[in-house]
Amino acid sequence: MWEYLTDSFNWSGPEGIWARIIEHIWYTFAALGISAAIALPVGLRIGHTRRGAFLAINLGNAARALPSLGLLMLAVLLTDQIGFLPVLIALVALGIPPILASTYAGLSGVDPATIDAARGMGMTGREILTKVEIPIAMPLIISGLRGATLQIVSTATIAALVSLGGLGRYVVDGLKLRDFPQMFTGALLVALLAIGLDVLFAVLGRVVVSNGLKAD
Amino acid sequence: MTWTADNLGLIWEQLREHLYLAIVPVILGLLISVPLGYVATRFSWLANPLIALGGVLYSLPSIALFIVLPAILGTKVLSTVNIIVALTVYTVSLLIRNVIDGLRSVPAEVRQSAVAVGYGPLHRLFAVDLPIAVPVIFAGLRVVTVANISMVSVGAVIGIGGLGELFTQGFQKDFLTPVVVGVVLSVLLALLADLVLVGLQRILTPWARVIAAPPVEVA
Repeated sequence: MWEYLTDSFNWSGPEGIWARIIEHIWYTFAALGISAAIALPVGLRIGHTRRGAFLAINLGNAARALPSLGLLMLAVLLTDQIGFLPVLIALVALGIPPILASTYAGLSGVDPATIDAARGMGMTGREILTKVEIPIAMPLIISGLRGATLQIVSTATIAALVSLGGLGRYVVDGLKLRDFPQMFTGALLVALLAIGLDVLFAVLGRVVVSNGLKAD
Repeated sequence: MTWTADNLGLIWEQLREHLYLAIVPVILGLLISVPLGYVATRFSWLANPLIALGGVLYSLPSIALFIVLPAILGTKVLSTVNIIVALTVYTVSLLIRNVIDGLRSVPAEVRQSAVAVGYGPLHRLFAVDLPIAVPVIFAGLRVVTVANISMVSVGAVIGIGGLGELFTQGFQKDFLTPVVVGVVLSVLLALLADLVLVGLQRILTPWARVIAAPPVEVA
């Protein structure tokens, strides 16, 4: 494996390791961005109005039971095409539930007395949402994004089976060629990428969470 | 539908393999995390590092673990042992937090009463601490069981994946039915396992049924 990793030939070019890492990150953030664009507003709305809570809780639980590989194959066969689109659909479908469920959970965990106090100070519904509920829910919102990211990184890897690029290529091609050093390289890099993104979200969590919430 | 009828034997075989690959790690993981969590509550400086390590291990993509483990364990890449060890790692890394939180949720006065009545450390663990920790441990157990059942399928990428093999077969033959059957059975299996755990928890905590259930609060 070291020979594969330390051979500079493997790092450069359109099929080199750097290109694969960038591809993988691009897939991840594209899918995460779309998932968040859908799940955050819906989760905030459900959490703020408390209508549709049943949906938010059960969607989160049910989605955990969905096999990611099956969803991927289903998306490919149903759209009848190969490439980024069906994979993106599957990744977004896996990314939405954790974001939606934890955004809702974060908002519903806000103490009603706090919201009453905000209303008593004359805040409008929108102000309560943006100045009280979202800041208090932030740790859980971040943890939802974090969970979705891990799920997406890991599923984007197995998407190499349906001929997507990214780090999964090393795993799938290596397996086909019985080239185990290549497989291990792919697996190791995916693991490092996942840990790196996890650390990124941990740091983000520290930065965006209001100081007032970090008292103890 | 004819495909399903013609392949009932195969589907049954893969369903059984799927259940085996998902449940054995849950049992092993529980057997490892309870003593580990107990040690972490006795030596409390261990608790935070263990929970943090669990967080890192849980963030590893399953496919990566399935492939890297043979290099560490010396097993063959296509051995079911890799899947079982990988899922056991996930189980322990998630459950350790729940076991520690659960054991810490035992009220101090309850613990003192047990000591005063003459319980030794081990007797107290099994007769007092663990039963009180059951709801917290089971919350983790339910999450990890459902996650394991959906994760087993990923093993199909490297050729061992229970129902996951229906996905790869369906994809290779450009044939939707096996994929749908696999997804539906996998989800049903997860729901069934969750129901069994809920039932088991009720049996293990008879006192919780006597007191009216408190209103559910989502944290």
